[in-house]
Amino acid sequence: MNWRAIRAIIAKDLRQVLSNKMVWLPMILVPAIINILMPAMITLVPLLAGLDAMDTGEMDVFLKIVPQRVEPGLSEMSAIQQWVLLSTSYLFAPMFLIVPLMMASIIGADSFVGEKERKTLEGLLYTPLTDDEIFVAKLLTGLIPAQAISLFSFVLYTIVVNAIGYNIMGGVFFPRLNWLPLVIWLGPAISVAGMGATVLVSSRAKSFMQAQQSAGALVLPVVFLMISQTTGLFFLGPSLIWLVGVFVWPAGLWMIWVGARTFRRGKLLASI
Amino acid sequence: MSDIIVTQGLSMHFGATRAVSDLNLSIEAGQVFGFLGPNGAGKTTTVRLLNGLLEPTAGEATVMGKDIRTQSVEIRRATGVLTESPSLYEALTARQNLDFFGKVYAVPEEELPQRVGEILERFGLLERADEKVGGYSKGMKQRLALARAFLHQPSLLFLDEPTSGLDPVAARMVVELIAEQTRSHIRTVFLCTHNLTEAQRLCDVVGVIDRGELRALGAPDTLARQMWQRVWVDIRLAAPVEPQDAVAIQALPAVTALEPNGARLAVEVGGDQDIADVVAMLVARGARVLAVTPREHTLEDIYFRLQGADSSQEAQA
Repeated sequence: MNWRAIRAIIAKDLRQVLSNKMVWLPMILVPAIINILMPAMITLVPLLAGLDAMDTGEMDVFLKIVPQRVEPGLSEMSAIQQWVLLSTSYLFAPMFLIVPLMMASIIGADSFVGEKERKTLEGLLYTPLTDDEIFVAKLLTGLIPAQAISLFSFVLYTIVVNAIGYNIMGGVFFPRLNWLPLVIWLGPAISVAGMGATVLVSSRAKSFMQAQQSAGALVLPVVFLMISQTTGLFFLGPSLIWLVGVFVWPAGLWMIWVGARTFRRGKLLASI
Repeated sequence: MSDIIVTQGLSMHFGATRAVSDLNLSIEAGQVFGFLGPNGAGKTTTVRLLNGLLEPTAGEATVMGKDIRTQSVEIRRATGVLTESPSLYEALTARQNLDFFGKVYAVPEEELPQRVGEILERFGLLERADEKVGGYSKGMKQRLALARAFLHQPSLLFLDEPTSGLDPVAARMVVELIAEQTRSHIRTVFLCTHNLTEAQRLCDVVGVIDRGELRALGAPDTLARQMWQRVWVDIRLAAPVEPQDAVAIQALPAVTALEPNGARLAVEVGGDQDIADVVAMLVARGARVLAVTPREHTLEDIYFRLQGADSSQEAQA
């Protein structure tokens, strides 16, 4: 592998990303909405309106599925403490997965399809890089920033959530144990799956928007996770997160493997 | 001189379409080879095949002694390509574009900044080197694309329609640059074009391709001699041609046609060696000969003669 050239492609693609508002705007907005706006609304609104004014029916459903061993002190907490802890640490956890997923698909779509759209692909194909080297460079262009932004989002979320809930919870209460597999196991798996879907879609897509929208359909399973948990179908605790990752990793890697096999100069030229 | 490109029966079919069919070429090192043909003739497909971007349907080819099927990476490392569209990153500056391609083509890190600066200067882009390429004119983009093709000092250059879509001034500038850079660096050039004036100016040898098939191959003057066995000569005299002089010249065995026009005379003879007989006859008959100019056949003549031959063959079929 020609790592100097691969690094050059990654740096070049990221420069391109930063010059395209359609690409970098969601990179700022998605983490901002998910990590600042939504937790702030979810925790602050009931506090301001008074928990009594809220319909706590949903929380009661949720309380029943939280295992005692995961949160042993939950039953001793006040209603408001329960709300802050459960909403920020559990109800909201699946939403965090949207960040690595969206980042991988947005940057990946720009990296793979952007070359076609901007008519620069042919110049790249005439370089001495192998098909695999170009593929790896494009893959890392999506995955590295997706992981970096995810970690940054997690840190940001930790600060926001603790700042909002500090007085109510009587100290720093976040992150809980379920966030460890979420950040280091399922988050990367989801970004690999997002990247894999983008790679597959990109071979046929003619534009960034088309590729990104198609790959973005992967948001649906994440939304399913969130709704299922809210309705009491299951509790997304640490064990389940590890387990989901066991299925998502191979699925993502398989899509990338299939994408790599079809990423060949002759086919790419035909798609220009 | 050794052959730098050799193809034997090279063919590329896309379904029922024969983009390139049974192509046999051998191009010597140091030559500027013009690959002429209309749009869709198979020129770009040939360049893609020779650089290993496409796998041929049939046939063999080597570039610099390397097989296009198995050693395409080595081939691309030693070739520079100017594609028909400039393929530049418009959100990056000219310097950033060249820096990127320098790294991809393995130009040593310590040499790269200096090499980029020199080439930007050589192609007249140094002053605007740190502006985004998106703001460049079409001519500037083409010069930058050409600079990129030269950056890693390739021994073989492929130039695909280098002046396509440029205004006459920009086109001339690009042709001058190609002529100057190829002359001073003694490179082999594979020039695809349908601009015959450009080919006439730059090429030592030409190949004419149409609908994937090679119609002619050789140096322009050799091709002209093969196509036109007879020579037209324009003769300028001090006074109008006398009718009896015209009759006497017409009677010469080597003369097959004659067109008097005042003090000018156009004569068709068997070859260059017959021109002296015509001039001697005129002088002997008291005419004052001011100028004798054999007509050269341009690439344009050759090209259209070939096209005409094709059309008449089609009509007969």
